[in-house]
Amino acid sequence: MTRQMLMEHVYLTYIPSEKFKTSFLSAQMAAPLEKDTAGRNALLVNVLNRGTVRCPDMAAIGRELDMLYGARLEPTVRKKGENQLFGFVASCVDDRFLPKGEKLLEKLTDLLGEFFCSPATKGGRLLEDYVESERENLADLIRSDINDKRAYAARRLLEEMCAGERYGIRRMGSAEDVEKISLQRLNRHYHDTLPKGQLELFYCGSAPEQRVAGAFTRAFAALPRRGGLEPVPTVRRPAPEQCRIITEEMDVGQGKLCIGFRTGSADMAATMLMNAMFGGATTSKLFLNVREKLSLCYYAGSAYHRLKGLITVSSGIEFQNYDRAVEEITRQLEALQKGEWEDWELDGARQSLLSGLRSMEDSAGSLEDYVMGQAAAGGDETIPGLIAAIQAVSPERVREAAEAVKPDTIYFLKGKEERV
Amino acid sequence: MRTMEYPRLGEKVFRQKLSNGLEIVTVSKPFHTKSYAFFAARYGGMDLRFRLGGRWLDTPAGIAHYLEHKMFDMEDVNVMQEFARNSASDNAFTSNAITAYYFTSTANFYENLRTLLRFVSTPYFTQESVDKEQGIIAQEIQETEDDPDWRVYANLMECLYKDSPARVPVAGSVESIRQITPQTLYDCHSAFYTPSNMVLVCVGNVEPDRVAEEAEAILPGEGGPAIDRDYGREESPFPARPEACQAMEVSMPMFLAGYKCTPPDGGEAMLRQSIIGDMACDVLFGDSSPLYTRLYEEGVINGSLGGNFDMLPGASYVYVGGDAKDPRRVYDEITRQAEKLVREGIDEAFYQQIRRSAYGGMLRSLNSFENIAISMAEGYFRGFDYYRFPEVFDTVTRADVEAFLRENITPERAALSLIHPKE
Repeated sequence: MTRQMLMEHVYLTYIPSEKFKTSFLSAQMAAPLEKDTAGRNALLVNVLNRGTVRCPDMAAIGRELDMLYGARLEPTVRKKGENQLFGFVASCVDDRFLPKGEKLLEKLTDLLGEFFCSPATKGGRLLEDYVESERENLADLIRSDINDKRAYAARRLLEEMCAGERYGIRRMGSAEDVEKISLQRLNRHYHDTLPKGQLELFYCGSAPEQRVAGAFTRAFAALPRRGGLEPVPTVRRPAPEQCRIITEEMDVGQGKLCIGFRTGSADMAATMLMNAMFGGATTSKLFLNVREKLSLCYYAGSAYHRLKGLITVSSGIEFQNYDRAVEEITRQLEALQKGEWEDWELDGARQSLLSGLRSMEDSAGSLEDYVMGQAAAGGDETIPGLIAAIQAVSPERVREAAEAVKPDTIYFLKGKEERV
Repeated sequence: MRTMEYPRLGEKVFRQKLSNGLEIVTVSKPFHTKSYAFFAARYGGMDLRFRLGGRWLDTPAGIAHYLEHKMFDMEDVNVMQEFARNSASDNAFTSNAITAYYFTSTANFYENLRTLLRFVSTPYFTQESVDKEQGIIAQEIQETEDDPDWRVYANLMECLYKDSPARVPVAGSVESIRQITPQTLYDCHSAFYTPSNMVLVCVGNVEPDRVAEEAEAILPGEGGPAIDRDYGREESPFPARPEACQAMEVSMPMFLAGYKCTPPDGGEAMLRQSIIGDMACDVLFGDSSPLYTRLYEEGVINGSLGGNFDMLPGASYVYVGGDAKDPRRVYDEITRQAEKLVREGIDEAFYQQIRRSAYGGMLRSLNSFENIAISMAEGYFRGFDYYRFPEVFDTVTRADVEAFLRENITPERAALSLIHPKE
């Protein structure tokens, strides 16, 4: 893996691999997550996705991608720490599997470059039709997160727990904010953001580095470069004295329980291990006790938001089991804080984490997400570095990491009165 | 042991059938870090009525899935601990047609393979453990009841099928799973988890001889008899009901349209039919199709519109759906577009475009070990070699795709499932 500066404020991460049937490409910009701009950045990539000067509409783009043997090019918006990462990911069948002489890479990087540098415009402005229709679609998409109750509850927890912090801002902004974005505003945003942002490019596939660097350099030659938009470091906060409890009602048959914790420890490797033992794997305390022993749920797990220093627990339970579930989840955290576990629990969690990290190199998408996450949130751990760090964690460090975990907010989505 | 090379795919596969009837497929991936094993029985949510020892048995809906959950219990070993200790992550799923158990590991592949073979071939059920699972699976079912994506699909299947168990959810219902006892689980295990009704697919940097040795040492020497299955009376070509509606907590209306298709014959004809069916979907409503781009530009659909062709035992159908403010309009437009394509034919240039894209999509799916294993296992149970898809793909013509649309995508064969927001 190499990272080089292609031009001012443009970096390319290159990973050679012949494992895959496809090459994986990405072009992303990172910006601080802010209420005003989160929706604008999300809307911008969706509008840019609609047409370029050369391929002015969906049919033309679709034809271009189909003719590149079903290449894919799609907008992405991600939250990484307290920054927003937005841009496009693309992939195409590797030349090795195509009729002789077919070369897709340059054609795909060209189209990717056009998405950024030469969108379809009229009188120098993004097209009004595209802005209006993508604005409506994006607002609908943001609102549709209510359809998936598990994800909805997880999102509401973060929103409540991190109200007033960047981390509490939704990945694509709020539907209300998106609906207020005018054509003029978005147009200005495009012309402001593009030259200011640092552009991170990524390639994983079988083409030699020079060819990849050449293709990207040509494709992004017209990109205005000024710099000035920098990702921000993540701010960590302590948990409140008293854990907050938020309850909401909806017409559902199953309750969704989410608990957010703040991790006070700076020992990331130990916290990763501690979280794996708590609820990060099928051998975890939450899975074995809340699900297997008490049969309270089908799923009970925890996630470590390592860039922000949070742990969130999520489970689907019957409404009347709320107290038992909260009690049991708390009890399992306390067990870790007291160092109460059997050797195999630590061993199993460690092996499962290591195995997950080692398999990342078998997935171009996972590598891209990791590399881009580092670029956006400013981390500098390499995957081999993380592996070594996790191998070195002692039981005592796990216990200390657990001790630093404090409950912050409980969110419970329950059924409406008449159904209970 | 047969070694098969697939130069167009850059793949190498070893195949062997043990004397007990188990098929072993090893897909060589010498450059990957992880290895993957997938052990599957031809037994799924639709296999509710079958003959065991000369007697027809009717079993409760959801039993194959329940059995999958309970297989992880062993008298003396904690299966998940064993996998975790040996750097593997394991899981399992039950579909309409198969039950599969699998793991991914980055070390100790053969230890993990032994664990997999052992726990899947060793039934151990007690009244207490079977009772305890009721709560867990009831919550799994309850979650799907609140999931509009799942409800819209389940309601569509009830519309499309009258007698076929395709209309029964794989997990069953909270009521049906109450009838499951240790004895019914033992019966189903002994009927379906026989080596001759199973396939083992390994993907990674593994030695095929060693895989066969481990399987021979652990699995029973005898294969087990062929199993008669009853998938209900022959279905009419037309849906049982034209429409289903349900109100749920969703942000905007959601729909899934289904077109009941003529079930394909077995063998390679099935692979060919699945390629034709998928291409018909691309031509009709794929992202780059004239219909999709026009409806998107008119604001009638958004990026959520999608669908595909699906084959089940004795049944097949096309589904297409998404979120839309006026789902009936989209439904009408799709049916009308199919009629237009049949009447006027598919534009040749557009067909060539879709052809390229479809082939690239099939190649792309080989990036995933799980996709490879599922395709290999399903292909084996249906009587074809999935890796022959490039050759089969070459035989598909525009006329095949047009014939598929003409026969299957008609108003008479269509049903519509709708979810609308609660007031």
